[in-house]
Amino acid sequence: MANGSGRPLSPHLQVYKFEWTMALSITHRITGVGLAVGTLLLTWWLVAAAAGPESFARAQKFIGSGLGLLLMFGWTWALFYHLASGIRHLVWDAGYSFELKEAELGGKIVAGASLGLTILAWIIGLAVW
Amino acid sequence: MVEFNLPANSKVGVGKTINAANGAKRAKSFKIYRWTPDDGQNPRVDTYIVDLDKFGPMVLDAIIYIKNNIDSTLTFRRSCREGICGSCAMNIDGLNTLACLKAIEDIKGDVKIYPLPHMPVVKDLVPDLKHIYAQLASIKPWLQTQSPAPSRERLQSPEDRAKLDGLYECILCFCCSTSCPSYWWNGDRYLGPSILLQAYRWIVDSRDEMTGERLDNLEDPFRLYRCHTIMNCTKACPKGLNPAKAIAEIKKLMVQRR
Repeated sequence: MANGSGRPLSPHLQVYKFEWTMALSITHRITGVGLAVGTLLLTWWLVAAAAGPESFARAQKFIGSGLGLLLMFGWTWALFYHLASGIRHLVWDAGYSFELKEAELGGKIVAGASLGLTILAWIIGLAVW
Repeated sequence: MVEFNLPANSKVGVGKTINAANGAKRAKSFKIYRWTPDDGQNPRVDTYIVDLDKFGPMVLDAIIYIKNNIDSTLTFRRSCREGICGSCAMNIDGLNTLACLKAIEDIKGDVKIYPLPHMPVVKDLVPDLKHIYAQLASIKPWLQTQSPAPSRERLQSPEDRAKLDGLYECILCFCCSTSCPSYWWNGDRYLGPSILLQAYRWIVDSRDEMTGERLDNLEDPFRLYRCHTIMNCTKACPKGLNPAKAIAEIKKLMVQRR
């Protein structure tokens, strides 16, 4: 907040105690941005499929490479995290889960569910692949 | 605007250390943010090492002792020393709370004391509250009526009165607002948890007749909807109130009246 008075701004992030609820909140936003970027890859894959076998093979090769798989794994987690966290926000919007213990439990469920679902999706994915 | 770093004039340096413990058994260090407008210098953190047996159990007792006996230039607000006036709100051990309600023995290691976060500093631990008071005035925190005044008090059923519990206890210390990252980044336009809890306190009051206008005033992408349920406000409140829940109730009313 610019105050134009020559007064210093008191320290904020520099001194505030780290809280898991803060990390979960900012992660919701970061995964949202990450998913938007990930959609570009999906679009490329679909366009490549429409453009013909050669370009599709190129896209498939990249996605199947080490870097491609790593990105896919990250986006899978981002998707499940954003989904679970979104449901948590829906619960809040309905007016529930505002007691501190409930809110903290909700955060743990979101973090756990996102990891569990990601691993499950990859086990199924790799089994089918 | 999100700015993670402090402006150049706000970066905190290391100040002086005064050891006033005289080898006492129960010595403890208090690291306190200092800034004065008089010398053109940046803020710094001074360290006072004191004997815990010389004063009472709360952080406020310690800083009053330091001011009275070691360094009279140390500046802070305080009044009631029992958690009802809200004057001694500050950031202690990383969390916003009232110095008079925070026990020293609950703090491991050095006691770090800063002013309420992300506020313009008047001097030492005294933040400038002009802007947040203007925000409070903007929600008209008083009973507004249109019907003719009755010959006696405006009555309220016990059930309606109960709706004010958890709201009327707010002492406007602003621990919650200054703990909120959304308020740090958008405090110029976002009202913040304390002001929104006050707004809700008048919205749910059965005697108030301007509920619609009050909601109109909050129907704004910034004033209300910068709340992202980070929950720092509820964690910080020294009175155990729940500003995050009050904000959610306002959001619900916005949907209900569509």
